[in-house]
Amino acid sequence: MPEVLKAPLIVEFPFTRSLGPVQSAFLTGLRERTVLGVRTGEGKVLVPPVEYDPVTAEEIRDLVEVGATGTVTTWAWNHEPRRGQPLDRPFAWVLVQLDGADTGLLHALDAPGPEAVRTGMRVRVRWAGERTGAITDIACFEPYESETRSQVAPHDGEFEDRVSGIVAPARLDYSYSPGRAQTRYINALADRRAVGERCPSCRKVYVPPRGACPTCGVATDEQVEVGPAGTVTTYCIVNIKAKNLDIEVPYVYAHIALDGADLALHGRIAGIPYDQVRMGLRVEPVWSEGGRWPDHYRPTGEPDADYDTYKELI
Amino acid sequence: MPANRPLRDVAVVAFGQSDHVRTSDEVSEVEMLMPVLHDVLQQTGLKTSDIGFTCSGSSDYLAGRAFSFTMALDGVGAWPPISESHVEMDGAWALYEAWVKILTGEVDTALVYAYGKSSPGSVRDVLTRQLDPYYVAPLWPDSVALAALQAQALIDAGDTDEAALAGVAARSRDAASANPHAQLHGSRPQGDYLVRPLRTGDAPPVGDGAAAVILAAGDRAREICERPAWIRGIDHRIEAHSLGVRELTDSPSTRLAAERAGAFERPVDTAELHAPFTSQEVVLRKALKLGDDVNINPSGGALAANPVMAAGLIRIGEAAARIHRGTSDRALAHATSGPCLQQNLVAVLEGESRDSRG
Repeated sequence: MPEVLKAPLIVEFPFTRSLGPVQSAFLTGLRERTVLGVRTGEGKVLVPPVEYDPVTAEEIRDLVEVGATGTVTTWAWNHEPRRGQPLDRPFAWVLVQLDGADTGLLHALDAPGPEAVRTGMRVRVRWAGERTGAITDIACFEPYESETRSQVAPHDGEFEDRVSGIVAPARLDYSYSPGRAQTRYINALADRRAVGERCPSCRKVYVPPRGACPTCGVATDEQVEVGPAGTVTTYCIVNIKAKNLDIEVPYVYAHIALDGADLALHGRIAGIPYDQVRMGLRVEPVWSEGGRWPDHYRPTGEPDADYDTYKELI
Repeated sequence: MPANRPLRDVAVVAFGQSDHVRTSDEVSEVEMLMPVLHDVLQQTGLKTSDIGFTCSGSSDYLAGRAFSFTMALDGVGAWPPISESHVEMDGAWALYEAWVKILTGEVDTALVYAYGKSSPGSVRDVLTRQLDPYYVAPLWPDSVALAALQAQALIDAGDTDEAALAGVAARSRDAASANPHAQLHGSRPQGDYLVRPLRTGDAPPVGDGAAAVILAAGDRAREICERPAWIRGIDHRIEAHSLGVRELTDSPSTRLAAERAGAFERPVDTAELHAPFTSQEVVLRKALKLGDDVNINPSGGALAANPVMAAGLIRIGEAAARIHRGTSDRALAHATSGPCLQQNLVAVLEGESRDSRG
């Protein structure tokens, strides 16, 4: 059989997230070059601060300002930075306990090489030039010899124009393969043929095939050409235009049982006024020039199918 | 904290897994999973309609395929409608849910499966999406980087060094020589640093695979399996998500889960630990108080095959399979989830003593 199909797939979306009062104060503080922590009931200062005590789950709101200098508590040398990471040249990942804090903050340390990094070394925040109220307002840490000072100052968390949310873009890249059964289906479709697969147990023919019979839980492997014509088993009238879709509304989207198939697939119906589409209408695929799948289905002109012939497929 | 005695005797009665491979382009998730499902059903002589409850674990993020778990269900044969559930977690947690379902008395048998197809994407980056979305995920710290921070903390604490980590890697992959399903058979050079102090050899192989287990209660288990692997206890615990809050050289959640599962009541002869990175085995051995007399990861563990979302369930399956075969009498199985061993599950499995079976 031919090679399985493969195509790049990019999953990308911006997450818009609202902030709780402590997160909002912390991220706004970063914009203003101020690092805030939160004190737990036990008196520990957490940086970065959270809304609830990780041990007792108690709501914590007691903000304090900690230093922009601190000590590395562990590190890892990253010689090949990956997309989205804080620096585009080799750097160290570090947990930094800022002066006055009792916990570590994860970030990057800009250092010339692993020999320049050790646990216990002193560092300070390097602020980003443009700050928006995000963890990336800390561009990274940099080596900085200084005395540890452990005192913290109370802070009311009040700033002008506090940020109330962040937009965190996320992108993941894949090289997607649909597997054997769907590769066969898609390849046949490019030749303008609809090829389903038959279940060896219940004998049903699935179009499009997914490789398994969902009723019997066994592999489908016998290919069966179906269609090209079929019967509308049910349909709906679409009245709202989808984004980036160049089709005038209203139009009809239908379930179509191709002749010989035991499962209806779906497609758009055209070549007939939308309000004349009906269950039982006989349709055939219309291929656009160079298209790898039917653009839409249109009436064949045959008499409508008898309800009994498709009632099991609705 | 004392261990809880389970309300019913529940056992792993069958275990199956795919061969774990770097890429499986030629098969979809369901095509990869189906032979494994058929394998465990055949081992037990059960049909889908005999199974009381079905539970699976997987993550759509791995292959970037939305609702892949619903399509994977095609391989089960879910008609007439079955009682079914899914967790976006390792299959070990699906097994936990199935075990609870059996304890309720509603069902006597359960099918648990898990699969992971990491090859279409970049699993190091995919796993950043499970991190704190406010303070951590925007920095895209990949899974190897986070494990490396933990490894350095262990080295600083004097708990291990690079040579000892290399020893864990070599022992695991040598053990995998006897595991036909493993992705890496036999030890290999440690290679270059991925993220220092971790080298290629300290990290798990990236790959695709699937696994399935069948659980049964009481006499049903004895009918199905000659030597059921009885679940004497199972528990899971989670730690804070912020790495800076945790003590990275220890795993209090593992220790507590083990206590609750009864792991410390009597010694185990075997432990299947889900430690994708060599350094994590160091942490787990300490938390679980495992001595040199315990056979650790005779399967090769996650360092020999790490199908994400299935590798934890495989630990339980491998431990159970040794009890089925009579090469273990009391085994500990561990599964982990999240960065740097954030969440941990411990199960204690036992075979009935061979004397009492007459």
